[in-house]
Amino acid sequence: MKETRIEGRLWALTDPDGTLYDDIDTDMIFHNRYLHIVDVTQMGQYALDNLKGWEEFAQKAQPGDLILAGKNFGAGSSRQQAVDCFRALGISAIVAESHGAIYKRNAINSGLAIVSLPGLTERADEFKTGDQLKVDFETGELVLNGEKTLQARPFSQVQMDIYQAGNLFAYGKTLGE
Amino acid sequence: MARQTIIEKIFQAHSPGDTPVTPGNIIWLDLDVRSARDFAGANVVHNYRTHYDDAPVADRDKTFFTFDLVVPPNNIPYANNQQICRIWAREQGVRVYDVDAGIGSHVAMEEGLAYPGSTFVGTDSHLNILGAVGAFGQGMGDQDIAFTFKTGKTWFEVPPTMKVVVKGEIKPPCTARDLTLAVLQRLGSNGALGRAVEFCGSAIEALDLPGRITLASQITEMGGIIGFIPPSEEILAFARERAGRDDVEGVYADPDATYVETVEVDITDMEPLVACPPSPANVKPVREAAGQRIDSVFLGSCTNGRFEDFVAVADVVKGKHVAPGVMASVVPATRRVFEQMLRSGVLEALFDAGFIISNPGCGGCASGHIGMTGQGQVQISTSNRNFRGKQGAGETYLTSPVTAAWCALKGEITVPEA
Repeated sequence: MKETRIEGRLWALTDPDGTLYDDIDTDMIFHNRYLHIVDVTQMGQYALDNLKGWEEFAQKAQPGDLILAGKNFGAGSSRQQAVDCFRALGISAIVAESHGAIYKRNAINSGLAIVSLPGLTERADEFKTGDQLKVDFETGELVLNGEKTLQARPFSQVQMDIYQAGNLFAYGKTLGE
Repeated sequence: MARQTIIEKIFQAHSPGDTPVTPGNIIWLDLDVRSARDFAGANVVHNYRTHYDDAPVADRDKTFFTFDLVVPPNNIPYANNQQICRIWAREQGVRVYDVDAGIGSHVAMEEGLAYPGSTFVGTDSHLNILGAVGAFGQGMGDQDIAFTFKTGKTWFEVPPTMKVVVKGEIKPPCTARDLTLAVLQRLGSNGALGRAVEFCGSAIEALDLPGRITLASQITEMGGIIGFIPPSEEILAFARERAGRDDVEGVYADPDATYVETVEVDITDMEPLVACPPSPANVKPVREAAGQRIDSVFLGSCTNGRFEDFVAVADVVKGKHVAPGVMASVVPATRRVFEQMLRSGVLEALFDAGFIISNPGCGGCASGHIGMTGQGQVQISTSNRNFRGKQGAGETYLTSPVTAAWCALKGEITVPEA
């Protein structure tokens, strides 16, 4: 069984004014000029390089780090690379108020942990880059800097099953597909 | 059983399991067609080979490639990726709609691969455009699609459905694109997040297929799963003819189906609209952006690349010429559209007016082979997205083909005349 409780350093994706970004689209995450890339290990270096103020993210991020964003993270295209680039960097979870529908599927199918925190944008100023965040995928409980507790949505059953299996293909094989 | 919305009915008919088809439940969904584009196609093949070796696909007659993004390829990586798909498709006995065919989602409707009530997935995030003919279409990532190639099904969370009631009628010079922009203005970039949408109202019922395509193509920009436009008799006749099946029937919601929200959009006093950079939902009256000098105009994409869109443009520009210094380009959605333009004289009218005319595909919208913008360049586009960097380094304004045509003639953003 994979660990369902993780802890790591947080990157709060804020704009130049310090406001948490909403509607970060897949071109900002993984620009279409790199779409020909098939090898996951080559994807990490381009993560977020078209998001204003975050061009250097790939150089700074460390395995185990978490990302925080506002509403509709991963809007736009169906490109799997927008998920896989974070897997390549070893990002352990993306916490957002909400995620784009296709993005959500892609992340779940890849076994990248995504967690939805309703009401996040209204209390975004409680989070900052460098904070320590604990996430319990089973209960949805978040603990910020060892003190503050917040309630996010727990993983759905299919999300947990795929996460535990590793990815959609491994999960499919457990079902005999 | 609770009364059902359109998506619930389509899912019910495609769900072999016992799980009730109600919002929030995750069901297994049978897929009538699974497809991949040149975009992500090679990734699908890579995933398939990695996980299933050379096992045959579940059903070769329900599996397709549609090349439309970089067609013909203008760079070696895309050429390589297309060739990877072709070779694998040959081995598997799977059909490829190759670089000549045009935009896959449009080919799907023209060829009758998608029809009312059917289910269709692929690697195009605008595949939900198939809601235009009352089909369930969904863009997915390359792992998802590789899985569907092998199994013919996928897991799906049944989304709640919202209803959008459009009041009033579309009056020239407004078009279905302006109606679409009005809905985007009302719902914003995440107003339909995670939901299916059903449209109703007399202006919706009156939409022809191209108008339905335009509206359905923008649900992704509202965050929605899909937007259904209940098929009219005209759409049913088209779908039956193209699918070669008399038994195609429209799927309609039960009168007392449950909607999570009902939103009214009043277009009675609508004027021509424009989505300003950097978001498709940043909608204003064209009047407020008027006078902005422009450098280029692009007409096409899955949103407004139909023959009727270009007829409307030809009506505006015939006998006139694009303003000096403005690069104006046209990319038909499909080879069939190109043929209609060629044989009807529309192509000649656009050529004479100074337009560059390209082969069919997604060029001009994504970073295909035509029409990237440079730093500081201002572009009017009929495509579906104006996100920063989507079409290049410039600034993109999204309008109807009619407004775009007037802008091309004037060399600045201008309100079209009726």
